[in-house]
Amino acid sequence: MKAFTTLYFDIDSSTKTNEKLAAMKRYFAAASNSDAAWALFFLTGRTLPRAVNTAILRLAVTQASKLPLWLIEESYDAVGDLAETMALLAPGPEETVVSTFDLSLSELVEQKILPLRALDDESKLRILLETWASLDVRQRLVWNKLITGSFRIGVARTLVERALSELAGVTQATMAHRLMGAWQPSAEGYRSVIDGGGLTPVGQPYPFMLAYSLDDSPDSLGNRDEWAAEWKWDGIRAQLIRRAGQILVWSRGEERVTDVMPEVMAIGESLPDGTVLDGEILAWKDGTPLPFAALQRRLNRKTVGAKLMAEAPVSFMAYDILEHEGKDIRSFTLDCRRDLLEELVDGLIRKGIRVTLSPRLSAFDWQGLRDERLRAREIGSEGLMLKRREGTYGSGRQRGNWWKWKIDPYTVDAVMVYAQAGHGRRASLFTDYTFAVWSDGALLPIAKAYSGLTDAEIAEVDRFVRRHTLEKHGPVRVVEPSMVFEIAFEGIQLSPRHKSGIAVRFPRIARIRTDKKPEDADTLDQVKALLAASKAQ
Amino acid sequence: MTDRGLYCPDGDFFIDPWLPVDRAVITHAHSDHARWGSKSYLTSVPGERVLRLRVGDEAAIETVPYRKSLTLGNVTLSLHPAGHILGSSQVRVERDGEVWVFSGDYKTGFDPTAGLFEPLRCHTFITESTFGLPIYRWRPQAETFAEINDWWAGNRERGWTSVIYAYALGKSQRIIAGIDSSIGPIAAHGAVLRFLPAYANAGVELPKVRSATFDPTDTVKGKGLIIAPPSAAGTSWLRKFGQISEAFVSGWMQIRGARRRRSVDRGFVLSDHADWNGLLSTIAATGAQNIGVTHGYTDVLVRYLGEHGFSAWVLPTRFGGDEESGSDEDDAAGESAQNGGGEL
Repeated sequence: MKAFTTLYFDIDSSTKTNEKLAAMKRYFAAASNSDAAWALFFLTGRTLPRAVNTAILRLAVTQASKLPLWLIEESYDAVGDLAETMALLAPGPEETVVSTFDLSLSELVEQKILPLRALDDESKLRILLETWASLDVRQRLVWNKLITGSFRIGVARTLVERALSELAGVTQATMAHRLMGAWQPSAEGYRSVIDGGGLTPVGQPYPFMLAYSLDDSPDSLGNRDEWAAEWKWDGIRAQLIRRAGQILVWSRGEERVTDVMPEVMAIGESLPDGTVLDGEILAWKDGTPLPFAALQRRLNRKTVGAKLMAEAPVSFMAYDILEHEGKDIRSFTLDCRRDLLEELVDGLIRKGIRVTLSPRLSAFDWQGLRDERLRAREIGSEGLMLKRREGTYGSGRQRGNWWKWKIDPYTVDAVMVYAQAGHGRRASLFTDYTFAVWSDGALLPIAKAYSGLTDAEIAEVDRFVRRHTLEKHGPVRVVEPSMVFEIAFEGIQLSPRHKSGIAVRFPRIARIRTDKKPEDADTLDQVKALLAASKAQ
Repeated sequence: MTDRGLYCPDGDFFIDPWLPVDRAVITHAHSDHARWGSKSYLTSVPGERVLRLRVGDEAAIETVPYRKSLTLGNVTLSLHPAGHILGSSQVRVERDGEVWVFSGDYKTGFDPTAGLFEPLRCHTFITESTFGLPIYRWRPQAETFAEINDWWAGNRERGWTSVIYAYALGKSQRIIAGIDSSIGPIAAHGAVLRFLPAYANAGVELPKVRSATFDPTDTVKGKGLIIAPPSAAGTSWLRKFGQISEAFVSGWMQIRGARRRRSVDRGFVLSDHADWNGLLSTIAATGAQNIGVTHGYTDVLVRYLGEHGFSAWVLPTRFGGDEESGSDEDDAAGESAQNGGGEL
């Protein structure tokens, strides 16, 4: 656990890519295969289920530290991270702990943490107190994060791929492919990642190709004829795999969603063996996509009942084909892949299978596409995708061949009414704000947002909050309603759960409107007018 | 309490006033405690020169040795080491057998550049509370210095220049005194250098410190340690030193979020303020039952003390007493960097 804790802090404390890379290579070169497997599991963003709930954690820390609960909560507000707060507060303040804990990472996870979940509360409490007393403060942090399922290491996926590809002596793209999908955190699993383990496992998806946002005018991309344009949808990006008689659906987040998407599974039944499609799962009804919330109801459950399938039926919109007749065709040009895809999908549709092909937009020049893009919101799309027709299918986010050209977001001017301290890097700074608009002479909250400001602006707002606090409710400050912000968001829908009656999607701060007074902020009726506009067809 | 600061009517003086007054008793020379423009200042003997740098050549500064009593009006006043920075004092005020002590900023750990804090028996104790939360418990400073030495030696091995950002008055000199100067040459930003003669004058021994601005770059580049105020971070001034590794030294570095926000390579936890245990043990050692809490996590400490049988209250500061983000220490350091900017 010592080596893994060192790795965690080396990565966490460094701001330099090369140092993070070196720390990973150092760790992997020295670790046993079974330890390396678990380290890789965490480095690629996977987490353990929570073994101990925060109530037990709080109880344990009050016992270990002999501090009152309110003081623990005050400390938490200052730190902004529960696991870290507990690590700093326990054990008792008089003790300086020298670590005597010598389990390896795999022993720690397999023998201590995984079994912990099934124990009763009393045993959990006892183990927590015992373990804390044998760990130093850094190890306590790692342990606390592991048992609460909140352990994450801030390192880019591509950097992990690079570290391992350099160790294994293969290209980064090969390593990216080996790391996809349901790879097991075992010594064998790790070995197969390093030496390739022979064949591609049957269920393994390809790394998704991702797009950058187009900030310039599309004219900067050159000739319109060299580009294919498609609608961009707000669904679940997914690969549909049919190999050796098996059907699998992988989301971009590398979740296997096969069981909750029976409609997509059914499409897979009709695919020829040795086919991998890339596309978007969308909840679709009466020819229009439903809001993302409809899709969300499918996730995080084991099975899907008939009722949900009727209310929010999903379909698969195919974008691309990555494997054809058992052959990896990612190095084919987009046009070549498109021909194969069209042929395949046409065949399915003729057989009565419910699948859609993402249409190519026919506008013959950039101006025509600009006009098309204006229609996006009306048909429930997020904008356009531009893909180079001669481009191959790359791995990860790469500049050049794919661009997303999203529509401009909705914006409203709203007044900050509450503020709360952030977490992690933003701990002890007021960074999470609630914004309100006018309704019958009162301010009614419509959105919470915490992104979009620069560090300097955050510091400015933080100072404002500290000096203009009207009331404190635990971590929440009620602030004097005098700062106006322009809030941008992607979508808006009716929501009986919110007092304002509406819910917005992806709200973020566009800018601080120092030029506006609170009375200049928008009204709820103005916001609701956006809702009406988005529904107008 | 007045709008100019804490006033003692029986002795007709202010302690660390915010605005100009006739007579100001100064606990230490940080800019949030020592302000320009008062008619006369009273401070400790070792604190004179650093205070002079803050309030100007023209100011009337009277000094008194530690522990020596003065009579002012109806009260007896004496200054006692607070261990915060060079010349920092606690102010002891006695009238008719009733003793009040104002801690100013203080720390309980040993610091050869600041003198050793001594707890004083009193009836009423006014304490600071900058780090008044139990998450702030300092490890032994020898461990922190060992970490800093290891980091510096590691940087030197790969030919990188080490840069430490720290408060220009007090923290910087403490680091210079505590670090292993056999690792390589030490240089400092003008904002730090300007205080060094005052330290030498007070008899504090420090290793040789070069000017990071005027001495040849080659004497530190790739091997040396540069001490600079936080406001120097990200300025073009640092470019001439080649590859650099940057560290921030402050009590706030105890929290990962604060370290990450700084965007430096390392955060070392070393503070010139008392930690949670230091605050509580000091309060106990004074024997005082009445505790005024100022400057920091005032509400938290007042509530905790109240639950432990003390009569405790918040003594407000000018800035609303809500300085939990640590901006005070940083702002003050930034200001002194600007003052020293002319020496760049």
